[in-house]
Amino acid sequence: MSTIPTETAQPGRASLFYDPKIRGYVYQIVLIAVVGFLIWSAASNAIENLRAQKIASGLGFWHNAAGFDVNQKLIPFSASGSTYGQAFWVGLLNTLLVAAIGIVLSTFLGFFVGVARLSSNWVLSKLAMIYVEVIRNLPLLLQLFFWYNAVLKPLPDARNSIALPGSIFLNNRGLILPNPQFAPAFQAVVIAFFIAVVAAIAFYTWSKKQQERTGRQYPNGLISLGLILGVPLLVYFIAGQPLSFELPQQGRFNLTGGLQIFPEFVALLIGLTTYTAGFIAEVVRAGILAVSKGQTEAANALGLRAGPTLKLVVIPQAMRVIIPPLTSNYLNLTKNSSLAVAIGYPDLVQVFTGTVLNQTGQALEVVAITMAVYLTISLVTSLFMNIYNKRMALVER
Amino acid sequence: MTDATLENAPYAFVRKETLEQEAAPLTVAGPVAWIRNNLFSGPVNSLMTLVCLYIVVTSVPDLVRFYFIDAVWSGANRDACLAEKAGRPVGACWAYVADRLQYFIYGSYPVQQRWRVNIVFAMFALGVVWMLWDRAPLKKVGGFFFFVMLPISAYLLLLGGDGAESFLRFLILLTFALAMLYLVLSFVPRLARFWVPPALLAVEEAALPWQRFYRPKRLILMAMVIFGFVAVLANSVGLPRVDTGLWGGMMVTFLIAAVGIVFSLPLGVILALGRRSKLPIIQLLSVIFIEFVRGVPLITVLFMANTMLPLFVPQEYSPDRLLRPLIGVALFAAAYMAEVIRGGLQAIPKGQYEGAMSLGLGYWQMMRLIILPQALRIVIPGIVNTFIGLFKDTTLVTIVGIFDFLRTIEATLVDPTWATPTTRATGYAFAAMFYFLCCWGMSRYSIAVEKRLAAGQRR
Repeated sequence: MSTIPTETAQPGRASLFYDPKIRGYVYQIVLIAVVGFLIWSAASNAIENLRAQKIASGLGFWHNAAGFDVNQKLIPFSASGSTYGQAFWVGLLNTLLVAAIGIVLSTFLGFFVGVARLSSNWVLSKLAMIYVEVIRNLPLLLQLFFWYNAVLKPLPDARNSIALPGSIFLNNRGLILPNPQFAPAFQAVVIAFFIAVVAAIAFYTWSKKQQERTGRQYPNGLISLGLILGVPLLVYFIAGQPLSFELPQQGRFNLTGGLQIFPEFVALLIGLTTYTAGFIAEVVRAGILAVSKGQTEAANALGLRAGPTLKLVVIPQAMRVIIPPLTSNYLNLTKNSSLAVAIGYPDLVQVFTGTVLNQTGQALEVVAITMAVYLTISLVTSLFMNIYNKRMALVER
Repeated sequence: MTDATLENAPYAFVRKETLEQEAAPLTVAGPVAWIRNNLFSGPVNSLMTLVCLYIVVTSVPDLVRFYFIDAVWSGANRDACLAEKAGRPVGACWAYVADRLQYFIYGSYPVQQRWRVNIVFAMFALGVVWMLWDRAPLKKVGGFFFFVMLPISAYLLLLGGDGAESFLRFLILLTFALAMLYLVLSFVPRLARFWVPPALLAVEEAALPWQRFYRPKRLILMAMVIFGFVAVLANSVGLPRVDTGLWGGMMVTFLIAAVGIVFSLPLGVILALGRRSKLPIIQLLSVIFIEFVRGVPLITVLFMANTMLPLFVPQEYSPDRLLRPLIGVALFAAAYMAEVIRGGLQAIPKGQYEGAMSLGLGYWQMMRLIILPQALRIVIPGIVNTFIGLFKDTTLVTIVGIFDFLRTIEATLVDPTWATPTTRATGYAFAAMFYFLCCWGMSRYSIAVEKRLAAGQRR
């Protein structure tokens, strides 16, 4: 054993100035100092300015009387007796309503257009391409103005409403539908519906297990559909048809009764749906193109026909590519619903950041609450979609 | 039969010459087959084709008739576009667009001062072409022009007034001082010993004087030319101040988009680097900023800028009404840009970082010379996409009361001079054409870049 040189070359100790660790600490301390100073000066300025303008701070306004009315409301709200807090909930529910319906509709439309763009039908694919190019290259606000001001506003007034089949009327105050009246016995139908859903899920799980054990396949879709539609329908007739409609009556000058769907809602819904569908279509197209052709060929070689190939081989793989960008499109739709303020649909931004802010002047609280709501929606949505994404993701062994 | 030619064949039924190649039957190739395969290959497909054709036939001729055949192209007021006055069916009222075009471009900017806007437009166009055209020379000078010179000159020219003039004087002095400094240093590099490492200094001294500090000198030279140009304009006319309240139209739309681009790109790079930094606090602050901004709608950011910015600064520094949404848009775009750039940074293989480190480069040198050029190059399509989104989102400033292009159109629609049943459709069509041309052009550009960058992957 030869002697090991005891004096190994000690790395020369650089000056503290060049030590990356020390430098890192210094950078971070400086950053904290700068950010802290910015926050502190903003806060102290805000306090001073608010005092100068004699604006009260805090959430005291929450329980004050609102004194304005909102046309579309899912919960009771009136100019007399409702508070700013209730206005917040009205706005929030309206935002969630238009976002939820918009997400469902734009998913259907987007998938249809995306698949149509890949269709072998030349006319169909070109039309889909024109749709996508036009919709995606125009600002959403312009599209909303178009739907609201150029399409829905010029409709005839209530007196000359366009009558559609089934006692539906269309005029510049919106779409007037028959108003459903629920008798107390209707509860049974609702309960039956939920039981049917649970049963369908249970059957699905059972059939999946059976398939894994024995290889036998059951017509899951048909049976689930039969359960979910059939059971409530059966209960509905047993309970003696507890649903009636109050039809809108066309008088001399006006329409009375019926369920009114406001044009602002319709314009916003059409605008958001068509706009987001243009983006979803591209996501779907990219997802389907990402599944290599060899997968389809392999499925065909195994003897699968076109339908099962699509359902069992192509779509599950495409979904992995589609889901993450689809999530961000859902979030964008929800955030874009705030453009409602431009056409007067009473969503959260219009009611709360618009009217309530103007009336109370409490900019800090109102804007902060609004932002917090959207942040929460964003985070919750991405949480759920991430869980779903994890279930769908490729399991690597 | 070793040499069996056709002539020698003893059988009469064997053909002696080859047949001419015949065209494929109509059912296999040609337009009929194409139509059969692509349009009517099955019942579902045929139905789809018929539905699509129905849509085309019912909509396209009407649109053409409305916007071209029946359109009114000239006239002084609404009478030209009223069917009862014109005595014929009236389509789109292009006369209205022609009449209000100046307003759509400049807003209420004073008529005598509009040449200032035109100069800024020209500089902007020059900068855009310089940056986007692949084979344009002196890319770095172009970048300096677009990201430094253009904003300053635009500010001076568009706003004008005393403040701008004193700022201009300060800039000219500063440029001169820098020019002098570089001049001295290029003759006596030894003076810069404290800054330049000895090895580099030796290289500098070996070169001829005018080759030393080459690049900065060129930038300074250009700055001097442009400031001189602006100064001549400003001094000969004494640019009067035009308040931002008078600005409007395409000018404001382009302004917001340009400010968004110019500020969001560097800010986005910093945020992306911060998000990938190993220092926990820098990383945390970057993540919070990015996720917060991306989680809220732009409108709330604009509302925040509009109502809260004035609260956060002392009363006397209360930001201008146009400046507030500019800040909001720039910060908003920066968060999105940061995520795009982060993608580019993640795509750079680790070997590039290791190679840079093994050369002994520090963090900033590594990023500036090795990583960022490659990362930014990869994500050019993503950056352009963000710009397209930003350009479309500029319309939202309408909601906080800024007269951008869309707002000027909306404003003219309620003006009784031109209020006819078809004015609205015309105005929206004009707006749609403007936005479509800009956005579609950008998307074509990004596709072309993508193709060019993918050249290495093609076999």
